[in-house]
Amino acid sequence: MKQTPFTAKHIALGAKMAEFAGYNMPISYSGINDEHQAVRTNAGIFDVSHMGEFILKGEHALDLIQKVTSNDASKLTDGKAQYSCLTNENGGIVDDLLVYCIEQNKVYMLVVNASNIEKDWEWIRRHNSNNAEMHNISDKTCLLAIQGPNATKILQPLTEMDILDLKYYTFSKGKFAGVDNVLVSATGYTGAGGVEIYFEDKDDNAEKIWDAILAAGAPKGLKPIGLGARDTLRLEMGFCLYGNDIDDFSTPLEAGLGWITKFSKPFTASEFLAKQKSNGVEKKLVGFEMIEKGIPRHDYMIRDNEGNLIGRVTSGTQAPSLGKAIGMGYVRIDQAMLDNEIFIDIRDKNIRARIVKMPFYNQP
Amino acid sequence: MNFPANLRYTKDHEWISLEGDIATIGITDFAQGELGDIVYVDIDTIGQHLAAESVFGTVEAVKTVSDLYLPLTGTITEKNSSLDNAPEKVNQDPYGDGWMIKMKVDDPADFANLLDSAAYQSLTGA
Repeated sequence: MKQTPFTAKHIALGAKMAEFAGYNMPISYSGINDEHQAVRTNAGIFDVSHMGEFILKGEHALDLIQKVTSNDASKLTDGKAQYSCLTNENGGIVDDLLVYCIEQNKVYMLVVNASNIEKDWEWIRRHNSNNAEMHNISDKTCLLAIQGPNATKILQPLTEMDILDLKYYTFSKGKFAGVDNVLVSATGYTGAGGVEIYFEDKDDNAEKIWDAILAAGAPKGLKPIGLGARDTLRLEMGFCLYGNDIDDFSTPLEAGLGWITKFSKPFTASEFLAKQKSNGVEKKLVGFEMIEKGIPRHDYMIRDNEGNLIGRVTSGTQAPSLGKAIGMGYVRIDQAMLDNEIFIDIRDKNIRARIVKMPFYNQP
Repeated sequence: MNFPANLRYTKDHEWISLEGDIATIGITDFAQGELGDIVYVDIDTIGQHLAAESVFGTVEAVKTVSDLYLPLTGTITEKNSSLDNAPEKVNQDPYGDGWMIKMKVDDPADFANLLDSAAYQSLTGA
């Protein structure tokens, strides 16, 4: 199993560890509910160094990104980031990712899911007909997410960069906790606000930054957070998890990601997706909440009121901030209307649920 | 971690206490720790006569769901209804307020064949 530069820290803090995407990762520390609430109401730190980072450089870098991703990266100027998808020719999602514009038209960073690093790298390389410079810096890049309404207040004293006023989906680069070239980005996958910070794993950078954040944050209630709470936090926001809610066989239009599918430029799936858009999708990712007792889980069947199979659950949990069970799943389009009552097959019983608007939770 | 000596245990991480032919059953401290925050205990087998090792219910934690196995053969007579609104009792007090069911066992002598506290503790590696 691979380790991140923080693995020993997690173990020393008593985290429950498990394998995720080939890495030994913390699943929880003080308990998923407790960690979840810490992020919603205060601040938490996540080690997400298992994620992948690619640098694309040179005069053909932007063309390559435009060709393989669904969003329009030509709109990005220095210091801006965007959520996007890699798509295959059948409209399926190879991965969801962030595109960072380090230097417009010259240098970009793509941040991809840990489980897809090799697949994505091969996919992009295969489309790199003009030989843009590509570097996989995943193994030497640390990524920490510090999320929550008080996250930036806790971090601001550690840097001269203005992170309190950093706008959503923008970033700056500078000295942080005595370490040079730290990229601080106002992104994250929790809906609770905060930043993600990227830096090179060299010398004692990892230890310096982790210790500085905990020293500044722990007295203010910042807690280390595992992947368990990361999942409940993202699910309350209706954010897709690759491998659960989106995959090679679901399209961005089906997944409610039309807002990052731009037909202003051609890309791998644009022809297919333009057709799908004009014909309409046959199934759609919806959010639902349970009316009767039961917790929906990945792959449970979804039925209509006559017992017909109309879809499958892709993610589900008891939502800690809502006190009720919620889920997402693909549902046949004629059954995918808001407020429609559906039934989740939980251990051979059809349990009532209702399609609701996402996000499930609105951060105050 | 806590392994009370007056209880018996199963490899599926249930504990059992016995008074006459009435057994009280729950999950162990080890099990609740492994599951994490418990959000729902689903038991709909009251009144049923089931063989040992049958599934008598399920316990849902935030991230996982786990079946509950009957340690002894008999009839399920009661469930802990207070868990409906306070499933966290299983985390807080697994051997007390977090009990799950009571059952009338067919043969109380089977109790002695279950794991004792030392045997169960070594099974958990604790």
